[in-house]
Amino acid sequence: MNFSALPLLDQAVLVLAAMALFSAFALLAQSRLLSAIHVFAWQGALVAAVAALTGAASGDVNLYISAAITFVLKVLLIPWMLHRLVRRLALERQADPLSYPALTLLAGAAIVVFADWVAAPVAQFEHSATRNVIAISLAIVLLGMLTMVVRRQALAQVLGFMAMENGLFLAAVASTHGMPLVVELGVAFDVLVAMVLFGVFFLQIKDSIDTLDIDRLSQLASSVEQDDDTEPPR
Amino acid sequence: MIWLLLTVFTPLAGALLLPLLPRVSVAGWLNLALCALSLVGALGLAVEVLLHGSLAGDSFRVDAFNVYLAVLTAFVGLTTAIFSRPYMYYVHNEEKRVSRNGMRLYHSMYQGFLFTMLLALTTDNLGILWVAVEGATLTTVLLVSLYRTPAAIEAAWKYFILCGVGIAQALFGTVALYFAAQHVLPPGANGLSWSTLYAIAPQLEPRVMVVAFVFLLVGYGTKVGLVPLHSWLPDAHSEGPTPMSAVLSGLLLNVALYAVVRMKMLTDAALVHSSTPQLAGHLLMGFGLLTFLVGAISLHRRRDIKRLFSYSSIEHMGLMTFGFGVGGPLATFAALLHMLVHSLTKSSIFISVGHATHIARSQRIERIRGLIRTQPAVGWSLLLGVVAIAGFPPFGIFTSEFLLLVATMQAWPWLTPLLVLGLLVALAGLFRAVQPMVFGAAPVGQYPVRANMLPVILQLAMVLILGIAIPGVLAHWLDQATQLISGRPLL
Repeated sequence: MNFSALPLLDQAVLVLAAMALFSAFALLAQSRLLSAIHVFAWQGALVAAVAALTGAASGDVNLYISAAITFVLKVLLIPWMLHRLVRRLALERQADPLSYPALTLLAGAAIVVFADWVAAPVAQFEHSATRNVIAISLAIVLLGMLTMVVRRQALAQVLGFMAMENGLFLAAVASTHGMPLVVELGVAFDVLVAMVLFGVFFLQIKDSIDTLDIDRLSQLASSVEQDDDTEPPR
Repeated sequence: MIWLLLTVFTPLAGALLLPLLPRVSVAGWLNLALCALSLVGALGLAVEVLLHGSLAGDSFRVDAFNVYLAVLTAFVGLTTAIFSRPYMYYVHNEEKRVSRNGMRLYHSMYQGFLFTMLLALTTDNLGILWVAVEGATLTTVLLVSLYRTPAAIEAAWKYFILCGVGIAQALFGTVALYFAAQHVLPPGANGLSWSTLYAIAPQLEPRVMVVAFVFLLVGYGTKVGLVPLHSWLPDAHSEGPTPMSAVLSGLLLNVALYAVVRMKMLTDAALVHSSTPQLAGHLLMGFGLLTFLVGAISLHRRRDIKRLFSYSSIEHMGLMTFGFGVGGPLATFAALLHMLVHSLTKSSIFISVGHATHIARSQRIERIRGLIRTQPAVGWSLLLGVVAIAGFPPFGIFTSEFLLLVATMQAWPWLTPLLVLGLLVALAGLFRAVQPMVFGAAPVGQYPVRANMLPVILQLAMVLILGIAIPGVLAHWLDQATQLISGRPLL
């Protein structure tokens, strides 16, 4: 692909998308929670900027609204809620280093190659910039999933979950100029409710298990199925 | 139209209204009344579809396929509400495991769950379908963690994360579908409308459709409980309140499978002229068979009664997925019938299980003994429910499994032994656990509990009638749905 031959708008969108992909890697490797929350907020800002740029190019008001919703939700509200949770749970100083950083990042790189391969069929009836953005957004979704797999901290898992939503939003904006507004609103509502629920859960997990380490959340299969002494709840 | 609004929005009104009611007993009755109202709406809708054919509008579409599931959803919602009223009152008042605020949350989320189910079934917009299925996850997460025990919170967290991740894949699939549609869409049409997409499906780019279908299958398949994405299901079933287990198994899994089948219809139509026209069906068959076998084997050596029956749900969902994958009128008819009888039977079993755990004061299988001595009604209904779910004649599940076996013998003869083997393994696993629970010696000091067996009797009677002779109207109805899905009627 000859990058400089593309229209200016496509170039800008590609750069922003590539930066979002970079932030997905940063999220994967960042061990300090507060920094990870900031990275997530930056990723939301980049995705919202892509939506606003696409809106400016196509003159579609819906895209401006989507961009505004994303900005408020992913850049301001959710990071703020996470910040509050971190402070309330006194996790500011807690680091959560990866067990195998090199292996994890290699897996991340493999995911990017895989996403590029999956997006290959798109190329034939769409110019290559869109195809690249679709590949990038799929990679962000899958990297979010990887983040959820490799992180032990419940809050880091939530960041992975929300990063997946960012990738999905990027895919919708870049490939189809956004879904219909009613769907966008529904998705945004679901994300918001999910975030509130996550917050409720953290407090409950903290109360009942006294840690947010997800490794401790593996009692169920073992205790209910094997351990004869404890009375499981009805 | 008025029937549709009544069906779908009664539960929404309930979800918003019920938390305002402070009295637990009144809320229980109101919950029941709202479910009844919704069922009236669904029946009205069914009559309308029966008389005038499918209804379609800007944002909804009601045809033979989804109207029967809507009636089923509203019906099981009602019978479970009948069961839930005294059951949850007992949990709140006698066991003190749920506070008054917890009960308000419970009733609100019960109605909210029914709303998302009915919305997912009747909407024509694939984006709304996704939002509704995700909404169903959010409402049931709150129900799973209702008891606030560490185990319940762990189960809810797993459920939330796994289904959240799964359903995100479905959204990516939906975006890909929308993307494929945009290039061939007539101007002004809505690219997420299922009806529009179905009409233009042959022009959709096959290779993009394959990518979209794989993501949609993984996404909605997580909620169906397809192996290897099933691990949330036993946890969520065992740790939540029993009425919720009944609606999860009876309704949520069906609705997720409904979404998968709708996507398969689109993909099949788009792939007709490609080199792999059967791809969607083969994927469903593979996942379905794997799920069925893993579910059947997992039925053995369970310690928790609700986990036992949730593995049975996984097994049956696998069987249905396999049936839809085989395709053709006979297998599709069998799968549709199986969805119906499985919902009715499994929710009745969970109702019996709920009473059984109250009698034994435990969910552990080895502590539930001698039900038939202590309380014959509960013992018999559990036994009959298990006989039905294991696929014995004259119950309806025998009919649907038999039809499915015949269809498999016609299309894929060498897969039949696997199916028969799986059914036998499942049968052995179920009876091994249930026989001592029902017939064993009752422990000293075990007393009957107040139980309302009406829903169980009603549902098992319906399953029995469906097994002996399917009423003409219903057969015609299922046949119309079969024609929609597989292209040809069976009868």
